[in-house]
Amino acid sequence: MDLSLFPNAIAMTIDEFKAWSHEVVDELGRSSGIKRLVDKATAPIWSWAQRNSLHPLHFGIACCALEMAAASAPRFDAERVGVVYRSSPRQTDVLLVNGWVTKKLRPALRRLYEEIPDPKWVVAMGECAISGGPWYDSYNVVQGVDTFIPVDIYIPGCPSRPEAMIDGFLKLQEKIKVEQQGTFLDD
Amino acid sequence: MAKMWINMGPQHPMTHGLWNLRIEVDGETVTNSEPVIGYLHRGWEKMVEDRTYPQIIPMADRLCYGSSYTWSHVYCLAVEDLMELEVPERAKYIRVIADELQRIASHLMWLAAIGPDLGNLTIFLYAMRERELFMDLFQSLCGARMTYNYTRIGGVRNDTTPEWERDLVRTLDFFEKRMVEYEDLVDRNVVFRMRMEGLAPLSAADAINLGVTGPSLRGSGVDFDVRQDDPYEVYENLDWHPCVQPDCDVYARYRVRMDEMRMSVQIIRDALKKMPKGPVRVKPPRYAPEGTGMARMEDPRGESLMYVIGDGTEKPFRLKVRSPFFVTLSAAPVMVNGCKVADVPSIMGMIDVCMGETDR
Amino acid sequence: MTEVTYLTDAFTIDQVKEKITSEFSSDEVKILDKNKPRRIYCTADKDSILKLCTFLKDALNFEHCSCVSGVDRIDCFQVVYHITSYANRITIEIVVDLPHDNPEVDSITPLWGGANWHEREAYDMFGIIFKNHPKLARILLDEDVQFFPMRKDFKSGGL
Repeated sequence: MDLSLFPNAIAMTIDEFKAWSHEVVDELGRSSGIKRLVDKATAPIWSWAQRNSLHPLHFGIACCALEMAAASAPRFDAERVGVVYRSSPRQTDVLLVNGWVTKKLRPALRRLYEEIPDPKWVVAMGECAISGGPWYDSYNVVQGVDTFIPVDIYIPGCPSRPEAMIDGFLKLQEKIKVEQQGTFLDD
Repeated sequence: MAKMWINMGPQHPMTHGLWNLRIEVDGETVTNSEPVIGYLHRGWEKMVEDRTYPQIIPMADRLCYGSSYTWSHVYCLAVEDLMELEVPERAKYIRVIADELQRIASHLMWLAAIGPDLGNLTIFLYAMRERELFMDLFQSLCGARMTYNYTRIGGVRNDTTPEWERDLVRTLDFFEKRMVEYEDLVDRNVVFRMRMEGLAPLSAADAINLGVTGPSLRGSGVDFDVRQDDPYEVYENLDWHPCVQPDCDVYARYRVRMDEMRMSVQIIRDALKKMPKGPVRVKPPRYAPEGTGMARMEDPRGESLMYVIGDGTEKPFRLKVRSPFFVTLSAAPVMVNGCKVADVPSIMGMIDVCMGETDR
Repeated sequence: MTEVTYLTDAFTIDQVKEKITSEFSSDEVKILDKNKPRRIYCTADKDSILKLCTFLKDALNFEHCSCVSGVDRIDCFQVVYHITSYANRITIEIVVDLPHDNPEVDSITPLWGGANWHEREAYDMFGIIFKNHPKLARILLDEDVQFFPMRKDFKSGGL
């Protein structure tokens, strides 16, 4: 616990005091084990809620975007597993990259990724997003989306079928179930 | 009130692809606009210079994922023009049938895409449900749902089976009944029509000068269809006519596409009747001669054209793609300027966006 | 109902060829001996392309510019125009040679608005300059890109 400022606490500005007190409480929770206890108790609840309401960003890039649309259509109905598309990145938790990423798009996609609040996951759908796919010798295509954002699930196929996409989301649910992030996500 | 520029895109529910419409707004009115494209540019034309002629067919499929068959078809037509190959009669009929099936599937995708734009989610569900039937037909014909790799230089890959033809006829009968349902849902809906009628007028003179082709041009009352005016394959022998609407507005473009789906059903039925028996493929030469080849056809979005230059090797020297939506999008400022911001999705959705072919 | 007036007088291929040869000398425009239905193939001099296009549009009812493509022939650049007539149902293919060190040609955007983005793309990919173009800027690549990718001396990246 950092108590170096303790005798001078009375002379702190309000912002300094907030930062200092937050640090003290944080340290107290961690060292006493309360944080871990709360994490352990709440993690199954959060994990259950997160994995059953995966909201990907409504962001179609290329061929796989049509399969993404077909997956939410009546025959495949991805909404059964909780996949509902949202148009604003602030309301989503999954970034579904479904196509090749060009050098002109890369900054925009990186920015979209950063706009999504934590916890967030990235799914690379189709060969182009995984490794560049058929455009391996292009001068303008980024060879794989994992070169600039971390990817959790890869769905192969060119284009991936809707069943494959739903299967990928089920795999992502398993991953969230195993990860079990608690209330204090930074731990 | 000060004017300001807004970016609609690249991530925007209106875009249906990856592009950016920069608009200048004065309150609610759009006063100026500029489309920004290139987010999907992958250097297609450069890459195909390193591929042999048959290797390009699956790449041409991925030019436009909404209507991939028509793009591999126009590529094969251009190379056949270069090599001066004559395709067997039965292959021509199969190509026409696949072409029209692809047109229906593409128009259904368009209908599904504009539905949520105009506040009608049900039409999305209906259209996607019927699109699956056509995907199934393609899947049993050539094994893939979207990127078919079916047409070959000098014919098609495999012949149809009697079971497939039976399924095709059944699907068409079923689909015609469902068309009535769509029209009940859209044409009789006052809200839907209010958002389309009289919107974004594009006069015939403007449309021709700006190079707009396809349903957008026919929605402006110009009777031009490549299938009729520069016929390829066997369209001369079939019983059909282009669908033209004179009103020049968004509703006319909508009507043209709906009529085209019916017309495609009629073309397929007629082609099935007239289809002869015989081989479906001839063997093409490996090396193309020196010279140029050009082919154009009626894509679901307009006139697509490929221009190929051969230099005596097994790879093309240059392959140029004329994308219909590339040109139609350059006319977007003429349609968008002067309307309200809320009308932009219905105008841009109605010209059927496909960015893969546009950026290439 | 929009009146479509230009469909009244249509020319056949022979009439079009004859009118072009009577209007232009053989140095300016040369019609190639290649016969296919509904197609005319010709080459033109780079100074007379604007004159030829104006003649095609005003006198011969060619109202639709299908395509403008650039080609790098290593020793020279080429610009290939495909221009269609709805009335005559003919497509004419015009090939224009440009020197490799100074690729400049007159823009046809004032005639057909549809040529606008095609010419921008040819500039973007080959660096061919179209004089009098309203906005000759990069369209598919970023503004700050320094190379012209479709030139034959540019090697594509990758493996």
